[in-house]
Amino acid sequence: MKVGYYPGCSLEGTAREFDISVRKSCGLLGIELEELDDWSCCGATAAHNTDHLLSIALPARNLALAERQGLDQVLSPCAACSNRLITAHREMEENEELRGAVEAIIEMSYSGKVRVLNYLGLILSFGIDNLRAKVRRELANFKVACYYGCLLVRPPKIVEFDDPEDPQSMDKILTALGAEVVDWEYKVECCGGGFTISDPTLVETLAHDIIRNAETEGANAISVSCPLCHANLDMKQSAINARFHEKRNMPVYYVSELVALACGATPEEAGINKHFVDSYALIR
Amino acid sequence: MARVGVFICHCGENIARTVDSAAVADAAKRMAGVVYAVDYKYMCSDPGQQMIKDAIAKHRLTGVVVAACSPRMHETTFRRASAEAGLNPYLCEMSNIREHCSWVHEDKQAATEKAIDLVRAMVEKVKKNEELQPIRVPVTRRALVIGGGIAGIQTALDIANGGHEVLLVEKTPSIGGHMAQLSETFPTLDCSQCILTPRMVEVGQHPRIKLYVYSEVESVDGFIGNFEVKIRQKATSVDPKLCNGCGACREACPQKKIPSDFEAGLGTRTAIYSPFPQAVPNKPVIDRENCLRFRVARKKGIPIEECTACGKCYEACPIEPRKAIDFSQTDQVVTEKVGAIVVATGFDLYPTDAYGEYGHGKHPDIISGLQFERLASASGPTSGEIRRPSDGTIPKSVVFIQCVGSRDNAKGIPYCSKICCMYTAKHTMLYKHKVHDGQAYVFYMDIRAGGKNYDEFVRRAIEEDGAVYLRGRVSRIFRRNGRLAVLGADTLSGRKVEIEADMVVLATAMQAQLHTDKLAQTLGISYDQFEFLSEAHPKLRPVETNTAGVLLAGACQAPKDIPEAVAQGSAAASKVLGIFSSDELEREPIIASVNENICSGCLACEAVCPYGAIEEKEIKDRDGNVVKVVANVNPGVCQGCGLCVATCRANCIDLAGFSDEQVYAEIKAL
Repeated sequence: MKVGYYPGCSLEGTAREFDISVRKSCGLLGIELEELDDWSCCGATAAHNTDHLLSIALPARNLALAERQGLDQVLSPCAACSNRLITAHREMEENEELRGAVEAIIEMSYSGKVRVLNYLGLILSFGIDNLRAKVRRELANFKVACYYGCLLVRPPKIVEFDDPEDPQSMDKILTALGAEVVDWEYKVECCGGGFTISDPTLVETLAHDIIRNAETEGANAISVSCPLCHANLDMKQSAINARFHEKRNMPVYYVSELVALACGATPEEAGINKHFVDSYALIR
Repeated sequence: MARVGVFICHCGENIARTVDSAAVADAAKRMAGVVYAVDYKYMCSDPGQQMIKDAIAKHRLTGVVVAACSPRMHETTFRRASAEAGLNPYLCEMSNIREHCSWVHEDKQAATEKAIDLVRAMVEKVKKNEELQPIRVPVTRRALVIGGGIAGIQTALDIANGGHEVLLVEKTPSIGGHMAQLSETFPTLDCSQCILTPRMVEVGQHPRIKLYVYSEVESVDGFIGNFEVKIRQKATSVDPKLCNGCGACREACPQKKIPSDFEAGLGTRTAIYSPFPQAVPNKPVIDRENCLRFRVARKKGIPIEECTACGKCYEACPIEPRKAIDFSQTDQVVTEKVGAIVVATGFDLYPTDAYGEYGHGKHPDIISGLQFERLASASGPTSGEIRRPSDGTIPKSVVFIQCVGSRDNAKGIPYCSKICCMYTAKHTMLYKHKVHDGQAYVFYMDIRAGGKNYDEFVRRAIEEDGAVYLRGRVSRIFRRNGRLAVLGADTLSGRKVEIEADMVVLATAMQAQLHTDKLAQTLGISYDQFEFLSEAHPKLRPVETNTAGVLLAGACQAPKDIPEAVAQGSAAASKVLGIFSSDELEREPIIASVNENICSGCLACEAVCPYGAIEEKEIKDRDGNVVKVVANVNPGVCQGCGLCVATCRANCIDLAGFSDEQVYAEIKAL
């Protein structure tokens, strides 16, 4: 199995461990990742707040690159990136005129053959049974709250991925890894997203609700598949504790880290040493 | 020699504004064969009709052309007026100079010229018209009612009390429908079963009503007055003649955990069951999907007669020497003849799958309106006490969410389900009457309480029983510490609200009964995009369909409450009694006929006829030898659509009233 790989900027910065664990887990599963040559910004929040054409042209360039490299599937682990890539793909599919305008801007053609996958989608198409066969160390101590956030499953008509209100894909993957998944309420609630810099009070309140509900429902870990979710739940956890006068240490893992761990990677190979909240307790 | 009279209508300003009616009359006077032409403001008025009658007598007219509106509007009026003056009604024709001319044009001169052309064409046709006599067909004075809910019950009783036999077909084991599941009814709060069961018993005991429960209509042939229907009686595995309804079999059945449809999933039933205690008829059926003996037989792949598993019901049955339980019973298909059919198949709840944020089906304390009815019903799983399905405690705070599915273009259906505002108000009252220290909250979009004493009822819920109404939608329901946190918007105060509730009730939308589309296809009637059955005219023919002899009652046509369903049931019954008022029905003689001299018997016409009106006919000589085979049109079934006429290669089929000669004459005149 070979897929194109579009890391996006977060995975080279704050979400280094997402990149490390995606590459490691894919290597262990035998999925070959081919990084797009000369990939560029997906536009994410900034572009679609500024200019519609720009917000399509930026991700479209990456889709066109993938097509030029002869790739029909591209893995985009970051939820915001995959959301923008899929949006661009759909809009160009439905609007011939827009596609023409975008092609003129990026000076490349795009015939619309590339399928964009997030990490969960990649593992699902790899196959749950195949994944199960690769597990070397079951995640026996883990009681995980699978946190999907907003962009992986929304807007449902664009991303067409899983149930937008009660998604199950990450739950299935973690169950296959031998972890126990908890049935909880905040699977798709907002973590505050990009307000983490401009309105920390808001983000800390929302993230606090999420972590608290996970704990109430019996989880000892949270699993995510989005760099922003990870930042708001992991990096902000000490600020949250300070604001609410609590002393909580809820480890927050990328789902790819857990796949890598279960398939035989060391914690360091999975990138777990890069977390703010100590995440070793469950592993040892 | 033809003597045609032409009558030009102004239709007030409707025609006269764009067509110079007087000029059309002048032109008509000069047409060959026209002996009289006149224009008048309202041809359909009494004086207008009198002008036609007088002219027929005075000018000894052999044909009449009325240039006015569409024949769909007033053809009957003018044909009847002609007949009163002694002219065969089929010698009167209408030329449509309103819908086809004045309403669609602006240039008066051009429109006038077009109107003259249309009149000329019709004058030429009417000169070729022949006298036709209406076809008389016998009527089977016996009705079929499909669906045994309140609408079907009302229809069946009204027809039966009018003196005619009724077959009432119900697909479940008992009549009663959704109304039997309800607790109390708005706006009077009378107990639903108390007012319904007398009607059910009346149906069960009525000498002129034949009940087919656990049965479905399989096929329908024929036409008004003469339908032939096939009814599949599903095997109940209980002989209704032997069974006395004692219930010993139900008590003996070890399968006690099957979710009950009647209890909307809140209660359980056995594999041999009657849906509820007052069921009519009170004879149980074996649910073969869940019955242990049938399951074992299926698993082992042996015939049921050879299976000896369980059999507790058989042992318990006290009927001797032959037990009422009969495992080897099979489906029976019976054929019945009826003269009219009333469809009363009712509604179903719209599924809540699209509303994952409300968690219906995931959390036991988030229930549908119908489930709340069962909780509030004295015969329900909690004997009428409002208790949470999860732990049986009494909820101190209940949130009701209206419009779950209704009026939601994004995830649900665009129409209003009509009954939810009222039943939610009723629920808040029932709740308050049973839990005095409880608090009801209602999230609504608009309150639609049009109806006698309806708005007063909603005001009472708010003012006397203290229900808190919040205008806005709910975005999400969270479990929190054993309770439910309901997050919503109050759009009147412009604020987000969060209510801690013990239970949430969703006012789920109404949709047509599942598979209504298939039944409609069986009956040859039309339905809309939501599978609600279509009435012939939204205002003036609300209970008729476009197929003569097939009528509608109740929520199969659109969301309806009980009073409306009953009113429509009675209306449909009165239409049926009208059809049954004489031995014979008169039908339009506009039907096809075959020229047997030319027909080669290719029967291409048979293949295209949508009504199955064409069949083979053998022509024999004196000695009984078949000389040739020709097509033959059954005049009772033919609807005069003309498909066979267009298909016939030998040009040997003609349609009465629209013969080739008539149509060519029209075309040549243009």
